[in-house]
Amino acid sequence: MTHATATVDLMRPPFPAEPGSGVYSNKLGMWVFLASDVMFFTALIGTYIILRFGVSQPWAHPNAVLNVPLTAFNTFLLICSSVSMVKAFAAISQGDQRGLKLWLLITILAGASFVSVQVVEYIKLVGHGFTPAGFREGSTLAEHAVSDPVKYGAATAGLYGSTFFTMTGFHGFHVTCGVISMTYLYFTKVLPGKYSRQDYRGIETIGLYWHFVDLVWIILFTIVYLI
Amino acid sequence: MTSVAATTRVPHAHHDDRSFLRKYIFSTDHKIIGIQFLFVSLFFLLLGGVLAMQMRWQLGFPGKPMPGGGLLPESMAAGGVILPEYYVQLVSMHGTFMVFFAIMPLLVGVYANFLIPLKIGAHDMAFPRINMASFWAAFAAGLLMFASLFVPEGGIRSGWTNYAPLSARPDLSGVTIGQLLWCVSIVVLGLSSVMGSVNYITTIINHRAPGMTWFRMPLSVWALFITAILAVLALPVLQGAAILLLFDQTIGTHFFDPAAGGQALLWQHLFWFFGHPEVYILILPAMGMVSDIVANGSRKPIFGYHSMVFAIIAIAFLGWLVWGHHMFMSGMNPTLGSSFMVSTLVIAVPSAVKVFNWMGTMWRGNLRFHVPMLNATAFVAMFVIGGLSGIYMAATPVDMFIHDTYFIVAHLHYVLFGGSLFALFAAIPYWFPKMFGRMMSERWGKVHFWLTFVFYNLTFFPMHILGNAGHMRRIYDPTQYDFLKPYQPMNEFISIAAFLLFATQLIFFVNFWYSLFKGEKAPQNPWEDNGLEWSLPSPAPHGNWERVPTVYRGPYEFSSPEVSDRDYLPQHEKRPTDREPASTTAPSH
Repeated sequence: MTHATATVDLMRPPFPAEPGSGVYSNKLGMWVFLASDVMFFTALIGTYIILRFGVSQPWAHPNAVLNVPLTAFNTFLLICSSVSMVKAFAAISQGDQRGLKLWLLITILAGASFVSVQVVEYIKLVGHGFTPAGFREGSTLAEHAVSDPVKYGAATAGLYGSTFFTMTGFHGFHVTCGVISMTYLYFTKVLPGKYSRQDYRGIETIGLYWHFVDLVWIILFTIVYLI
Repeated sequence: MTSVAATTRVPHAHHDDRSFLRKYIFSTDHKIIGIQFLFVSLFFLLLGGVLAMQMRWQLGFPGKPMPGGGLLPESMAAGGVILPEYYVQLVSMHGTFMVFFAIMPLLVGVYANFLIPLKIGAHDMAFPRINMASFWAAFAAGLLMFASLFVPEGGIRSGWTNYAPLSARPDLSGVTIGQLLWCVSIVVLGLSSVMGSVNYITTIINHRAPGMTWFRMPLSVWALFITAILAVLALPVLQGAAILLLFDQTIGTHFFDPAAGGQALLWQHLFWFFGHPEVYILILPAMGMVSDIVANGSRKPIFGYHSMVFAIIAIAFLGWLVWGHHMFMSGMNPTLGSSFMVSTLVIAVPSAVKVFNWMGTMWRGNLRFHVPMLNATAFVAMFVIGGLSGIYMAATPVDMFIHDTYFIVAHLHYVLFGGSLFALFAAIPYWFPKMFGRMMSERWGKVHFWLTFVFYNLTFFPMHILGNAGHMRRIYDPTQYDFLKPYQPMNEFISIAAFLLFATQLIFFVNFWYSLFKGEKAPQNPWEDNGLEWSLPSPAPHGNWERVPTVYRGPYEFSSPEVSDRDYLPQHEKRPTDREPASTTAPSH
């Protein structure tokens, strides 16, 4: 663009006219939002760490209350969805519409399955008596906790329930938001073929979010289910 | 990904065919959103003031029926006499409204929205629709908080800091619905703040006009940029804390309830980890706008522009490391307390850099004491007092003595009223012409300024003395304590000064509303300023510029030797010696 008139015409299409960082605004905005989301999860995870290591009584053994193999499978599912997200991104960056449709659909399905498995997990846990307030009185878990208070962390069950459901719940909420957003994009942009080799900003931006949510889960799985 | 066809509608100046609803209510225009924030937060400012007046009545004249107190239900004021339960609500809701719904949206909601695109030469924000959502989220949050005044049991009674376990256990505080509304409102407000801040940051990084380099940005934009970074990182922590509190109140979790293994102090840590950056959210934009106005009123370039920028950054960075100084009395390890003390004292350095720079700017300037300049000067003076008392209480031993006394109340009002609010009394008339196309009355502005300055000091300065005498904060009736009885005349004096201070604000409100409709028509550049916004007509049109201006210099070229016929040189004015900025349309990816 020449500067014959001492002014630059920014009334052109807004997308390329973002001179500042060289990163288009949607992507930059998503990075800033993710920074803020990091702080949100930091508050939740920090709370968990402080409460867990602040108590003197034993904390429940993860295997005692939670179904770790099931969640391990769920974790695998979520990691796979990150891979398929990358495949979708790679496809459209080559202009491959079919690839985009296929891989994004797989991502959406994997994400939705993750949430579904989590819902099933919650229902089973509550059925066994594990609630945000601790072990429900008269439940199977409450009885186990009486017979083996160390393994089941009888004295800290309230904090365990509080932190477990809050952290995994808000992660599940994030996954749900991601699935809804991707489904929306799928029908409004992907199926009509609005993305192209030249412009696939939406896929890249939602991809950033999706990988972030995946990363948070890997941290949560480690600190909640494994240690 | 280099070039794309236009799919987004480009805002087009001077062709305004939007419906009334789109134009003024569900507007995506950053200027309208700023103005919406202005009206809503001025309402909350007034409301916060009304609550404060009731507190002052009780403190000055405890046990006496309050004028108009008969209008309140018996559950709040028995026979016009304020009840203790209502008094603690007044304290809590005054703080909540003033911090979250008056000062913060006035500084950030109004001026980040209004000024950023105008001052950097952009047509609008990067994400106009998210910007609109940000306003409506803030509005919803304000409504929820406002509603809590009218539900059974009323608003919260645990202070604006809402400490646990009082807040976590409705059976302790006696407030159930008010607490829920507080938490939900704060979560929604946090959402609004994050949406707004994402916008401000992205816009400043990506949408600056050609030639608007980082170090040609006005200090107000710098301050708003850093503030947005603080907000985007701090508000989610408060949101998280408020959600945990909400769960404690509703679904039976035990985060903050020590009786069930939770930690009450955890709330304080989370709250102040947000709360101290929040303090700078409430003052940095004020500092930035004051810098612009002081340079304009002194007709000199701002003294030490770069040091101003780095001082803002330093204050914001250090603001993350000092939250423990609110908790010296919480049984904190003294070693940890010392490190919080030192990090707090260090903040005095960049703050002092700013104060000396403002003084250096005014020094031997060709001073123009228009209303914005008067208020900006008062800001500098009052901020010095508030800043110095801040250094007192940063020292752990001193804080042990004055913690939770009126000394703290005096300090925070010297920075929030003497600082932020005087900056707003400067900023509102300064940018009023660009918002509404009319000038606020200069004469009544001066009357308002002088009366406010006097009554403000008469109200808040004696609180230092009360605090030193051990007068606790948030107490219902000081006459119940023998050692405070001799100070009751001072409490009465403060109350009368506060009533006069409040009455003086009516001058401002009348001036504001009158000028809105009947004020003198504003010229394009009434303050003879250099910023890009003054290259637009007053009021600035939708879409701002047909073609964005090119920037040739920084914003503070007052009394430049380059021009002889006037003492200002606008950023967009091309001089024969100016070169065009390098092409800024590099491929974006």
